[in-house]
Amino acid sequence: MHNQNNGTITKSAKTDRFQHHDYYGVDELLTEEHLLAREAVREWVKQEVSPIIEEYADKSKCPTHLFKGLAEIGAFGPSLPVEYGGGGMDEIAYGIIMQELERGDSGIRSMASVQGSLVMYPIYRFGSEEQKRKYLPKLGSGEFIGCFGLTEPDHGSNPSGMITNIKDDGDAYILNGAKMWITNSPLADIAVVWAKDEEGAIRGMIVEKDWKGFSAPEIHGKWSLRASITGELVFEDVRVPKENVFPDVRGLKGPLSCLSKARYGIAWGAIGAALDCYDSALRYSQEREQFGKPIGQFQLTQKKLAEMITEITKAQLLAWRLGSLANVGKATPAQISMAKRNNVHMALQIAREARQIHGGMGITNEYPCMRHMMNLETVLTYEGTHDIHLLITGMDVTGLNAFK
Amino acid sequence: MKFLVCVSKTPETTAKIAFSGDGSQFETSGVNYIMNPYDEWYALVRALELKELHGGSVTIINVGPASNDAVIRKGLAIGADNALRVNAEPNSSLYIAKQIAEHAKTENYDVIFCGKESIDYNGSEVGAMVAELLDLPFISFANHLDLEGNLATVSRDIEGGIEVAEVETPIVVSAAKGMAEQRIPNMRGIMMAKRKPLSVVEPFDFADLSVPVHFQLPPEKGGCVYVDGENMDELVRLLHQEAKVI
Ligand SMILES: Cc1cc2nc3c(=O)[nH]c(=O)nc-3n(C[C@H](O)[C@H](O)[C@H](O)COP(=O)(O)OP(=O)(O)OC[C@H]3O[C@@H](n4cnc5c(N)ncnc54)[C@H](O)[C@@H]3O)c2cc1C
Repeated sequence: MHNQNNGTITKSAKTDRFQHHDYYGVDELLTEEHLLAREAVREWVKQEVSPIIEEYADKSKCPTHLFKGLAEIGAFGPSLPVEYGGGGMDEIAYGIIMQELERGDSGIRSMASVQGSLVMYPIYRFGSEEQKRKYLPKLGSGEFIGCFGLTEPDHGSNPSGMITNIKDDGDAYILNGAKMWITNSPLADIAVVWAKDEEGAIRGMIVEKDWKGFSAPEIHGKWSLRASITGELVFEDVRVPKENVFPDVRGLKGPLSCLSKARYGIAWGAIGAALDCYDSALRYSQEREQFGKPIGQFQLTQKKLAEMITEITKAQLLAWRLGSLANVGKATPAQISMAKRNNVHMALQIAREARQIHGGMGITNEYPCMRHMMNLETVLTYEGTHDIHLLITGMDVTGLNAFK
Repeated sequence: MKFLVCVSKTPETTAKIAFSGDGSQFETSGVNYIMNPYDEWYALVRALELKELHGGSVTIINVGPASNDAVIRKGLAIGADNALRVNAEPNSSLYIAKQIAEHAKTENYDVIFCGKESIDYNGSEVGAMVAELLDLPFISFANHLDLEGNLATVSRDIEGGIEVAEVETPIVVSAAKGMAEQRIPNMRGIMMAKRKPLSVVEPFDFADLSVPVHFQLPPEKGGCVYVDGENMDELVRLLHQEAKVI
């Protein structure tokens, strides 16, 4: 198990030299406000994330002070309405924000994805008016941190088999069970929890951290997403007042609609990690000399770089088109699955190739590739694994369900 | 209090600078543009801080074509209340200053801010010219500005120390590092900026006094040659035959 080191963290003096790469002029498909949002979040990442991220990842510590900054910049629920603590932006702007955050680190993007798409979004979409008024502004401003509990120790890819459950007890439900792999859980003020009622229907509810019988121990020893905190949720006869249960939603479509939102953000976010690796590799290939010339002059290095920018360009177009569909409410869950799967895999491949271009230096925290590569192993697995998304596409095109 | 902030659009600091073959024009293709950092980080932010302290409004002015609107919009996203663009190519400092003065002369601004220089032409001229054209006091390279009623206390770095001046508004100030700290616009500001007024006016007619005729890059920096301190003959030979200076 990895030991949590609480040594002080100093800002690195290295400057983040990242530059955007837009090989196909995709920027021309974006609006002025998209470009402004990108510039603002990029600037924020360069100032707040890049100078500290290597050390937080190294020490496996979560930079909790960034929650406030993420809230101030407007990274929590940017596409939710302003009156509920969101930013009132469109889906492409939301995607771009996730891309820039993940350009910094997938863990930082995860902090924002969970808060916005997995906590604020279900409360906005399924919550009662009182629940919205009570929780959303505090979540949007970062005063409250939230987490999302769906996965269980024995039910990951198959959440419908969950055993966490609620039993009616007058004005409250009694919640029992355990959730596993929950981003932000040890820090969270509230948890959006999915559990089965006595009829076996999946229900969603908001659980507050101080309630009796509720605990959220941290999971240690992660080699991935080290700057993001992950934990369990344990419920032992927790009394959940009925007014904290989402009134109308029943079944898996509740949690799945949140996951669609978050997966959509990941499809964009992964491009950020890929761009950071490509950008670093491209610069390194021009600066590093071997055999009397820059390594970028060797055909094998060029093959790697050319393939990287080709794949990034394809992913950018996929994300942009998905965003355009999402803006008019037409992006299907299967289309989102395709983009999440393709773009995350693309980013992981690029991280590996970029790592190679950096030679031995590539395995150190002087360069971002190895950290992105390790992070992307989680991104490939959470929010639906690489293979599960393939099966969703398979089911969509054949009409035949491989899960049964 | 009414504040006016003059902002310009400049190439990004990492942009590769090139000129057309005959040297008559700056090659703009592939160049990314930003708001001049002295205007954005120091002039605009200090104007916003003073508005937050004393109330009033912050207006942005830019002399430039429609493609400058993105930079102006950023200023609105950071917090300016409204903006004005004079629809003209900003060909010389005097031309820009004349356009700004023409607008400002009827608007009774208390403080007109500009950056200490733009990072492309580095002229440091527009602010002084605006002050002269409006017959207002001008304080250059200011790194601090406080207002109390109509008394402004302004300090500026000078060789080996700081100069502090007291001056009655209205004034023109060029802002240097230290005046304020960069503010990154947040998503809410970006959305609000869309609804803030950005008016476009045609330039006031004025025959420019100067026209750029030629641009060229500075000579490339040569490599450094180390000559052994004992080897005077070699040093003399290099200075004579290679550098041709003796
Ligand atoms: C760092 C981290 C953060 C996380 N954050 C959250 C969170 O905030 N909230 C939350 O609810 N969950 C979270 N998760 C959980 C994540 O969503 C699950 O890990 C994921 O859904 C996979 O579940 P599992 O780990 O149980 O793997 P399993 O479901 O056991 O899968 C193991 C392997 O079997 C394959 N497999 C499973 N079923 C099939 C099938 N039918 N056909 C073919 N292959 C199959 C999978 O593709 C995978 O390769 C997080 C996970 C990690 C690692």
